[in-house]
Amino acid sequence: MPIGYVLRRVGVFLLVIWAAASINFAIPRLSPVDPVRESLLKVTSLGASQGEMDVLTQTFSARFGLDQPVWKQYLTYLSDLAQANLGYSISFYPARVADLIVVALPWTIVLVGLATLLSFVIGTVIGAFMAWSVVPRTIKVIGPPLLTLSAIPYYLLGLILIYLFAFLTKVFPLGGGYSVGMAPEMTPEFLGDALRHAILPALSIVLADMGGWALGMRGMMLTVQGEDFMTLAEAKGLNPGRIFLRYGVRNAILPQFTSLALSMGRVVSGAILVEIVFAYPGVGNLLYQAIRSFDYFVIYGVAFMLIVAIGLATLILDLMLPVLDPRIAY
Amino acid sequence: MTASLWLGRLLAYRQLTVGLVVIAALVLLGLVGPLFVDVSGAKVGSAIPDLTPSREHPLGTDTVGRDLLSVIIVGTPLTLTIGLIAGVIGLGIGSVFGFIGGYYGGVADNVLHGAADVFLTVPGLLILVVIASATKGAVNVQTEALVVSALAWMWPTRTIRSQVLTMRERGYIQVARFSGTSGARIIVEEMMPNLLPYLAASFVGAVATAILASIGLEALGLGPQNQPTLGMTIYWGLYYTTVMRGLVWWWLPPILIIVLIFVGLFSISAGLDRIMNPRLRSTA
Repeated sequence: MPIGYVLRRVGVFLLVIWAAASINFAIPRLSPVDPVRESLLKVTSLGASQGEMDVLTQTFSARFGLDQPVWKQYLTYLSDLAQANLGYSISFYPARVADLIVVALPWTIVLVGLATLLSFVIGTVIGAFMAWSVVPRTIKVIGPPLLTLSAIPYYLLGLILIYLFAFLTKVFPLGGGYSVGMAPEMTPEFLGDALRHAILPALSIVLADMGGWALGMRGMMLTVQGEDFMTLAEAKGLNPGRIFLRYGVRNAILPQFTSLALSMGRVVSGAILVEIVFAYPGVGNLLYQAIRSFDYFVIYGVAFMLIVAIGLATLILDLMLPVLDPRIAY
Repeated sequence: MTASLWLGRLLAYRQLTVGLVVIAALVLLGLVGPLFVDVSGAKVGSAIPDLTPSREHPLGTDTVGRDLLSVIIVGTPLTLTIGLIAGVIGLGIGSVFGFIGGYYGGVADNVLHGAADVFLTVPGLLILVVIASATKGAVNVQTEALVVSALAWMWPTRTIRSQVLTMRERGYIQVARFSGTSGARIIVEEMMPNLLPYLAASFVGAVATAILASIGLEALGLGPQNQPTLGMTIYWGLYYTTVMRGLVWWWLPPILIIVLIFVGLFSISAGLDRIMNPRLRSTA
């Protein structure tokens, strides 16, 4: 892989991180809402006079370095971020934002990772078959209903799934990451229980996302089928399975990976809302609780950390592309 | 082109027609609904709270005393308005960026096209959450539309740019350029009319992106607190755990309307896609 491409791609990644950090720094300072004052108001909701409030606000502003000139705050902020110091939660003081995220993150990574992988694989397989002439018509009619599902946001589909499979039939739990009374540990019972809780949230992502992958793959397969090398392969009398896999799928699947890199942000945004609907203990729920309790540092911390995580995932996918497709020369 | 020819085309493009009809029906719901239903019922405390569906309240009432049918009739146009405003802004920014980048190329193109690509990979909802939580409490439908339009320009930029890139090399554009027509005039007079279906498709895409983002923000509780948009209705539904209490008449209608909006927009864009790519017609 040419080193120039890698360097440029890593550069873009760093640029994204820096831009996200700067937005996180700038927006709260441009906003009329003063997080320190807001949180103090919450803490001291009873009996603090205007004068006392001002003194308190000043003390805390000094404590958080908010009385420094802006450029100095900015540099401190960037160096804090570089050390993964995202500040303290206001609601759960003195818990550090980074620690809250570390607890919640594995849930999100497992849920989103598995759901994305499943919907990508299943959708791509269905799409490939939909474009293959040998396949019976029954598979081909699966497309339109799948596509209709993909028009529904994940979490709304999730609500419907909860109603059908947790409220009406009670096949799956209503929500949460594991049953009440269990402690998160690496035992088979706990993992089984966690899996049972993960099925509906994952299903709402997979069902809603499959259609898009199927449609993309079908379109690419149709394009590839018009290529000369396909005609040649048929003329040579190669067996249809080989033409399908090695000539058709092998070529049609590459744009799917490009789309995968582009869709990570969308999927994670959607998954955050799925977690809220299912009260799933990932970062989405952490974000929701933070928004409800005006816990600004947690909001900004979660947003920043997710942007970094997705940037990293996209970077890895992009760096893998030239390996998957040797024709790509950057 | 005569009207009857247009009608004939419209019928030929069934998918496009279906989408247009669905969206038109939803717009009509907001326009005609108030004639049949007293929409003052969408205000807090206008009815007895927590009623099950009855003749008087076909979809029941919620915990703070809103008639849920009125909420839907008031909320649907609000959500569509957000989509419309943000779609126009998104298409506007996307067109400017796409035409400038695609037509003039060079540094401007690298920057604009690079920015669009980078913003596409970033989880936009999170940026919106940061913006919206900083302005929390002061949000109304218009400001929310402005916030979500921050996400609606990237796809238009990409689509338009790539179309302009190929169109730039066509004969008639070259002729116009060599005869000394200014870049701005070529873009407006030669390119835009030929790109109309693409612009329309980009607009529909931008509207869909914006509505999706607005509903997401609202479901997080970051929407207008006093206006019953569809997303806010879902937020209150979640807030009062209506799904787990089996209050179907409360949580299901806003979801159905949202699904109809997306299915309608999707059909329109798929229909437009067929007009643009005749190859797709035979295969589907």
